Amino acid sequence: MKEENVIEVNQLTKTFGDFTAVNTISFEVKKGEIFGFLGANGAGKTTAMKMLIGISKPSSGQATVAGFDVYSQPENIKKNIGYMSQKFALYDDLTVKENITFFGGIYGLSKKKIKEKREELISELGLENISNKLVGSLPLGWKQKLSFSVSLLHEPKIVFLDEPTGGVDPITRRQFWEMIYKAADQGTTIFVTTHYMDEAEYCDRVSIMVEGKIEALDTPKKLKEQFKVDSMNDVFLKLARIPSPTLPKGKGKNTDCN
Amino acid sequence: MKRFIGFIKKEFYHIFRDRRSLFILFGMPIAQILLFGFAITNEINNVDIAILDHSKDTTTEEIINKISASKYFTIKQMIVRETDIETAFKKGKIKAVLNFEKDFSKNLIKEQKATIQIITDATDPNTANSITNYINSILQNYQQSKNKDIVIEYQIIPQTRMVYNPELKSVFMFVPGVMTIILMLVSAMMTSISITREKELGTMEILLVSPLKPFQVIIGKVVPYIFLSVINAAVIVVLSIFIFKMPVQGSLFLLGTESVLFIITSLALGILISTIAETQQSAMMISLMGLMLPVILLSGFIFPISSMPAPLQVISNIIPAKWFIIIIKGIMLKGVGMAYVWKETLILIGMTLFFIGLSVKKYKIRLE
Repeated sequence: MKEENVIEVNQLTKTFGDFTAVNTISFEVKKGEIFGFLGANGAGKTTAMKMLIGISKPSSGQATVAGFDVYSQPENIKKNIGYMSQKFALYDDLTVKENITFFGGIYGLSKKKIKEKREELISELGLENISNKLVGSLPLGWKQKLSFSVSLLHEPKIVFLDEPTGGVDPITRRQFWEMIYKAADQGTTIFVTTHYMDEAEYCDRVSIMVEGKIEALDTPKKLKEQFKVDSMNDVFLKLARIPSPTLPKGKGKNTDCN
Repeated sequence: MKRFIGFIKKEFYHIFRDRRSLFILFGMPIAQILLFGFAITNEINNVDIAILDHSKDTTTEEIINKISASKYFTIKQMIVRETDIETAFKKGKIKAVLNFEKDFSKNLIKEQKATIQIITDATDPNTANSITNYINSILQNYQQSKNKDIVIEYQIIPQTRMVYNPELKSVFMFVPGVMTIILMLVSAMMTSISITREKELGTMEILLVSPLKPFQVIIGKVVPYIFLSVINAAVIVVLSIFIFKMPVQGSLFLLGTESVLFIITSLALGILISTIAETQQSAMMISLMGLMLPVILLSGFIFPISSMPAPLQVISNIIPAKWFIIIIKGIMLKGVGMAYVWKETLILIGMTLFFIGLSVKKYKIRLE
């Protein structure tokens, strides 16, 4: 099988004033790969991701996502990607069904397709009994699984997950990763940021960002060998160090929330 | 288009499932119009007064009868001693005391003049003023009816006529103002809150990552409020016509069109606010402080602009509500057409375009 790159990033940079949030990063992500995008808070993960999903313009460098250029074709990118943010982001005051219908609708799926997908998704997640309940009444773990499924509704080529498992229990996290594997098996590329290092082990390849730069990029196994440690956690600690209170030129600005 | 309908449907779910916004949308307009119509009024009605009559003769009796016959005053108390005047006021009910001098009739015949002292409670200056004016005019009437047969050599007879609101009903003045406030509130505050809510929840990000264009997202959020605001405007007009007998002299169509224009102006303001505010709370604060207060204080709704200090008069020009109030007062009370309000209309259109332009610019900066 020919390995094609669905994300290609070359020397991508983003500056805010005199602060460089993302500093000349380069990497490729292959089709169907689970790509872990790691880094401490403020390392520039979210900023980098925002450039890739077309809601933030890079300052310099090149990047293509799903074959489209981030500068000139963000609209095409948006049609081909799914996105789930670290904030849980379905509508609490809409029912499970209404949420699915709404998000299917804004991606332009036909009524018939939405109905088909909706039923499939509800039965897959075992939500039959509560499909008419408001999403606000569901436990967080269910919401997150639902949110992930919704981001896959329009069968995107790549799905971007921004710290998708924040705040859920280990069992739900496990189930969540099973869903990720399943999506990857079906050919969807997964681009995931996380700071749970055990989750990093589940990824095909991981990159570790430190202060705006990618300091390491390989399979978890090779990274562990390279740094002569037993776990991704130790790899991360060796690389990331604990950011000292005197942050670099950045004046302590937390670019993660931009 | 289909995406759009789905979006609007979702927006209505939000509105109808939130009791708070439902109340602001539908309870508030009705409550406000009724409050302003019935409770808050500049008119004098059944004001309690007291009489201190030192002479108790036929003339004073006639005058007192005249006053008590008017619907403006109720004589609550007959005072006998000067010292009781103060006590009467202090009790708070009595707003004015009429003090007839001794030998009123006698003086009138002998010296052709007699004095009545009108003492008013000026803790509320407006009311005190009105009371004085009303009593004066009752006295003047009485005097004229007495002097009917006497020919006075020089006489200036002012003939006053109040046009457009001959009964001086204050509700006629309030309805345009209340309508303005409510349209502003619903359009600007509710949209800014609903947009910032999506920001707070993180759903805005999801929407921006979707193939919907940012302007589609904004329009989708705004359209339901246009619809609801139009309904609100209609409810207010209907209420004021049927409950307060407010006339609509001009064309209803023009009134409707101008209202839609003002709704769009307010929505543009709401969008602008939502580009500045990050949270629902700050959106609400900005709307209340930045929009409601100026509308109430500076738009000429309650306080006449012509009697404001010059700097405030200048500032009042940048308040869209001022122009809208001029327009709807003209249409409703004076029955004027476009020929008379085109200038105000153009100003509103200009402001709307300015607000939209500014929001687009702000929005772009945020995306960079």
